[in-house]
Amino acid sequence: MIRVQREDFDVAAELAALSGGRTDIGGVVSFVGLVRDMAGGAAIGAMTLEHYPGMTEKQLAAIEAEALGRWPLAATLIIHRYGRLEPGERIVMVATASAHRDAAFDSCRFLIDWLKTKAPFWKLEDTDAGAHWVAADARDDQAAARWIEEKPSEHR
Amino acid sequence: MKLLYFAWVRTRVGIGEETVDPPASVVDVASLLDWLRTRSPGHAEALKDPKLVRVAVNQEFAKPDRRLAAGDEVAIFPPVTGG
Repeated sequence: MIRVQREDFDVAAELAALSGGRTDIGGVVSFVGLVRDMAGGAAIGAMTLEHYPGMTEKQLAAIEAEALGRWPLAATLIIHRYGRLEPGERIVMVATASAHRDAAFDSCRFLIDWLKTKAPFWKLEDTDAGAHWVAADARDDQAAARWIEEKPSEHR
Repeated sequence: MKLLYFAWVRTRVGIGEETVDPPASVVDVASLLDWLRTRSPGHAEALKDPKLVRVAVNQEFAKPDRRLAAGDEVAIFPPVTGG
């Protein structure tokens, strides 16, 4: 499931919904991204996330479909917020559920790695030195690239 | 052709979207960027180094040689920074 929204979300409720009513799920793995109060030595007062409505949902759906094709997953969830967020606030949640933990761990990492380099979001940071657009991080490209070659773990 | 600009491309161009009727010389993404740079100082500043921007055509990432048609929606933006 894909959700792109301005409002916050309840992690516990989302996790409960992901596996609710099912008995074939052996493990759920989740990642929650938060706004940090520091970036590159500058204090962050707030962050504004801009996105490309329409393409965002298409890209997230494509990334989710890729994960479902690579791993035996019972359920997946991607929630990404946009708008103005303050330090400590949740930005993104990714969760995967599978019969076994390897598929859940690997696919959760895959989803957040690919999302960071393929979903059209941009961060504007408000710092004491002014507002600036966050530059793409080469480490994110490397993290995403590793999934191009790496095969999924053996799942039992 | 509908053009969309995001993040610092939007702030440098000065508008978030515009509808344009490009000349016949515009056949693909690369030639669109060449033409757009002539439209205003803001366009020129935003698009001066094509390697710094990414382009999506009809909401799919597109390379410089992607061919364009009149009804396409073309978005120009910096490398993405979500998550």
